[in-house]
Amino acid sequence: MVTVIHPNLETTDAKMKAKDVSVYYGDKMAIDKVSIDIPTEYVTAFIGPSGCGKSTFLRTLNRMNDTIPSARVDGEITLDGEDIYRSKMDVVQLRARVGMVFQKPNPFPKSIYDNIAYGPKIHGIAEGKDELDAIVERSLQRAGLWNEVKDRLTDSGTALSGGQQQRLCIARAIAVDPEVILMDEPCSALDPIATAKIEELIDELNGRYAIVIVTHSMQQAARVSQRTAFFHLGSMVEYGRTTDIFTNPLEQRTQDYITGRYG
Amino acid sequence: MSPAILLLLVIGLGLAGWLAARARAWAFRSKAESGRLAALPSYHGWYVALWIAIPAVLFIAIWSFVSPQLIDQAVIASPAASELPEFGFQRDALLREAKSVATGSSPAVFNEQAAALVDPYRDAISRYGLLGGLATLVIAFLGGAWSFLKVKPDFRARTRVERIVMGTLLVASLVAILTTLGIIVSLVFETVRFFGMVNPIDFLFGTEWGPDPMSNPDNPDPDRFGAIPLFWGTIYIGAIIAMIVAIPLGLMSAIYLTQYAAPRTRSWLKPALEILAGVPTVVYGYFAALTVAPFIRDLAVSIGISGASSESALAAGLVMGVMIIPFVSSMADDSIAAVPQAMRDGSLAMGATTSETIKRVLVPAALPGIVAGIMLAISRAIGETMIVVMAAGAAANLTANPLEAMTTVTFQIVQMLTGEGSFDHPATLSAFALGFVLFIVTLGLNFIALRVVKRFREAYE
Ligand SMILES: Nc1ncnc2c1ncn2[C@@H]1O[C@H](COP(=O)(O)OP(=O)(O)OP(=O)(O)O)[C@@H](O)[C@H]1O
Ligand SMILES: [Mg+2]
Repeated sequence: MVTVIHPNLETTDAKMKAKDVSVYYGDKMAIDKVSIDIPTEYVTAFIGPSGCGKSTFLRTLNRMNDTIPSARVDGEITLDGEDIYRSKMDVVQLRARVGMVFQKPNPFPKSIYDNIAYGPKIHGIAEGKDELDAIVERSLQRAGLWNEVKDRLTDSGTALSGGQQQRLCIARAIAVDPEVILMDEPCSALDPIATAKIEELIDELNGRYAIVIVTHSMQQAARVSQRTAFFHLGSMVEYGRTTDIFTNPLEQRTQDYITGRYG
Repeated sequence: MSPAILLLLVIGLGLAGWLAARARAWAFRSKAESGRLAALPSYHGWYVALWIAIPAVLFIAIWSFVSPQLIDQAVIASPAASELPEFGFQRDALLREAKSVATGSSPAVFNEQAAALVDPYRDAISRYGLLGGLATLVIAFLGGAWSFLKVKPDFRARTRVERIVMGTLLVASLVAILTTLGIIVSLVFETVRFFGMVNPIDFLFGTEWGPDPMSNPDNPDPDRFGAIPLFWGTIYIGAIIAMIVAIPLGLMSAIYLTQYAAPRTRSWLKPALEILAGVPTVVYGYFAALTVAPFIRDLAVSIGISGASSESALAAGLVMGVMIIPFVSSMADDSIAAVPQAMRDGSLAMGATTSETIKRVLVPAALPGIVAGIMLAISRAIGETMIVVMAAGAAANLTANPLEAMTTVTFQIVQMLTGEGSFDHPATLSAFALGFVLFIVTLGLNFIALRVVKRFREAYE
């Protein structure tokens, strides 16, 4: 299946490039030859009906599929021109550069401080306590959580509200200073107010990090992203500027999906 | 009639009742306009059969306790018994002798007076046997008739049977609890008796152990009932040496099984580990006494430690540790597996390696469950008897040297109860006090462990 690329799409710096990427779970194909450039300075949204492979594709970008024994990835994915699936690639380093935020907030059962300090500690980013404190504060500030938690950094991360937990997870990902942040339906477990906060946050982070977000909400994709890719049955059907995809879809299936005819 | 024959009779009656009630229900069914009953015919059958069997069997059980007393009383009331000595030992012996002849379990009487009692005994036994048998049959019959009359098209036999089944199951589960309660009560009773003879302070805090079962029971020497060396031996072997072996090995195998092992490997390795828990402790005892202990002694001698004994706390503790590994590992395995996958993914996605994830996220998150597993393992280890009986020795040494022989609470319980002292000698009774202390400690450990596990489960659900 060939992806339709919108003619209006200007070429930009690509942070990551996927070329003919296919993913199999055992013998079953979940992603069929997807090629896409993830731009550096924009938010890219993946949309599509449930089970079409959005999460699967997202997880290939930081090799989280390696943790599923039956999963196999074909094709080439590069980060700044380096193939991330080459045998010499250090997966630990890759994941520090390509961070991830999950659908359900998953703070560690540790203090808020330790949640943020986790990445810097294992990667040896901070030298000394002062620097670590500074990183924790900066990350929480960027995630818009600092004012809410600055007096209770020793409380458990799991004691926060769902929306706060999700921002904590974003802060945790930011703390290791990644280049790309992958978000898999980061708001699907949150109420509208918490969702609005996260969307605001994504807007603020836009430009500093390349961001890829999977979402089921068309409005959310329209609000936060500048690039949108529509997935269907394991293929990427259409890719272009978000405004183009939503106002002028070229493919019938895209049109059906965004007008809510199925999905 | 003997209880066995009666039981067979009752079962036969029950079967007949079952068939009859079912046939009756069938007959109703073919006559009923709708062709339907409130319950299947076989449920009517069961209802009647249970009504025949349960009251009758209960009666048989009660009767077999009561009737020997009734028989004795009848014999004593008989004219032949008027010659008997008034009370006490002799009289009981004569009665017992006559009874054993009457029931045929011994061939002939030696005593004239007993011979006179044989016939009254025979009479009484057959009389009460017949009476009991008839009563049983009457009860079975009444139960059957009463329930049989209830077999009607709209009778809900099915729910009734369900209720009877539930009641039976409830009784079954109460048996275990009541038995345990009985054990505790007797333990407390004997312990109180012991503390009436030996001061609890001397017992709990004294450092010399060496009760002499042949000494004068009315004047025990309190200096010989100090249980501290036993407590120390128990803790040293069960909670220290054994845990030094079991905690790291159990944890590591749990981590390997949950995080690294391929499903194929896990599918045989986990059951193989659990088989360890099924090995009889006597086998571990042999191993400790015949293989490990001599090996340790030889090793100690070869590196120049003199005076190593062939029974040592180290040998017992090491083998006990191996025995306990499956307890630690299966609890740790469960609690690590209960940590949500999202937690693990979160850590891996931060760029942590698998071992960093285990060390910094999984084990801390699973810690309550792991600790609970360790506590259960300790309570199991300090109650363990066979290994220490065979390998640790009998000497109540208060020492930190693992190469010396040591003794434990469980070993001394065995020693005191199987010793030659009489049953109400303080040396024998001390076994109950020891058992009581052990019971309290293990109960406490289990209780805390279960609470911790429950809290832990709630945290992740
Ligand atoms: N671990 C796995 N093992 C086997 N098959 C899987 C696994 N994970 C996903 N799949 C299959 O791959 C396909 C794509 O799944 P994926 O989770 O990527 O969909 P998705 O687009 O993210 O859906 P959703 O919007 O519901 O999250 C589905 O058919 C799914 O059943
Ligand atoms: Mg998904």
